[in-house]
Amino acid sequence: MQDVILSLLAKEPAHGYELRQRLVKALGPAGGALNPGQVYVTLSRLERAGLVEAREVAQPSHPDKKVYELTASGRERVMLWLTDVTWSRVVPLEFHLKLAAAAATRLTDPVALVDSQRLELLRELRQLQELALQEPPDSDGALLLEGASLRLQADIRWLEVCQQRLVERESR
Amino acid sequence: MSKVIEARGLVRRYPADGSPIRAVDDVDLVVEAGEAVSVMGPSGCGKSTLLHLLGGLERPDAGELSLAGTRVDGLSETQWAVFRRRNVGFVFQAFHLVDELTAVENVELPTLLVGGSRRDARRRAMALLERLGVAEQAGHLPHQLSGGERQRVAVARALVNEPLVVLADEPTGNLDSRATGDILRLFGELRQARQTLLIVTHDARVASTADRLLTMRDGAIVAQTRLGEGTSVAGLLAGLADLGGER
Repeated sequence: MQDVILSLLAKEPAHGYELRQRLVKALGPAGGALNPGQVYVTLSRLERAGLVEAREVAQPSHPDKKVYELTASGRERVMLWLTDVTWSRVVPLEFHLKLAAAAATRLTDPVALVDSQRLELLRELRQLQELALQEPPDSDGALLLEGASLRLQADIRWLEVCQQRLVERESR
Repeated sequence: MSKVIEARGLVRRYPADGSPIRAVDDVDLVVEAGEAVSVMGPSGCGKSTLLHLLGGLERPDAGELSLAGTRVDGLSETQWAVFRRRNVGFVFQAFHLVDELTAVENVELPTLLVGGSRRDARRRAMALLERLGVAEQAGHLPHQLSGGERQRVAVARALVNEPLVVLADEPTGNLDSRATGDILRLFGELRQARQTLLIVTHDARVASTADRLLTMRDGAIVAQTRLGEGTSVAGLLAGLADLGGER
């Protein structure tokens, strides 16, 4: 979250509400699920860490607002984040270990485990597609949903491979 | 609700070295009117054979099959052909359009085959091409159409006689991602229009649009589930917007 907020400030200084708006736009339909306070909490942590500076701007009919700006070290951190190639959730590791445990202990049938997981992902895929149909095709939100959909499809394909292996192993 | 497909104990064997392979092994299946069902499973699991049996393209070695209350497993080839033209629409991966006929002529064909007038056939065909967004391509030959357009023409042809059921075998198998999107949207509309649909596919996107999903393995249906229930959208969206707290 910190890196995301910093990157949103990299273009120009902004106040909290503007940042939240930019983030919501980039997330599309997922933006609604964002906790409203999260942006402000993150901003104050970044300020304490010396990555952003705040200055009060007087407004005629409203209370002063705080406009945030990147410091030099904040800008450096944004560059590090943008060029970092660490990828989240490349392997569905937890499920892999769950499956290994099921196969070893027989506490539950591994094939049935894969089946129910696959069906759950298909349900998610169905909902993603319904959401995607409601988004303008060229919006940021549609692009995010496309990414989520492709990733789910890959996970579903992997589960099909798991299933195939398990069935072959059992018929041996 | 009325049952459009009712199959009991369907079996289809193929000859093989040693004992024959049971491509479809004692399958029971009921599809209600207006239901969209998808069938998934690894290649060779018997899902296409099942679709062929349900549409009368292959005959079962055992079992009973009724379509909209009519027993069809005892029909002769000719009787099946007549029944099929009126009641079953097919969509295939390879489109199966007649190359020498234009898009609209392809769509008219099923109506003409059941004895419809030329005028009626043209009117129905044009209305469907319009609805599926390919009216402007009505005069094009199949090779002048993109893959997505060809499949939309094929869907129009499947729908033109207002069949009891549309059977689709890997309908997006030959399409790129954008054309697949168009076909998905189209199946979504058919589902909303309560067209009874059975789709055999390995494409998770296509399969997940159905009301009910069947999984086949070694000729048998090993799992069935309703897809429209369960998972909450709120949970899904929260997952998408999870930026890892205030880290």
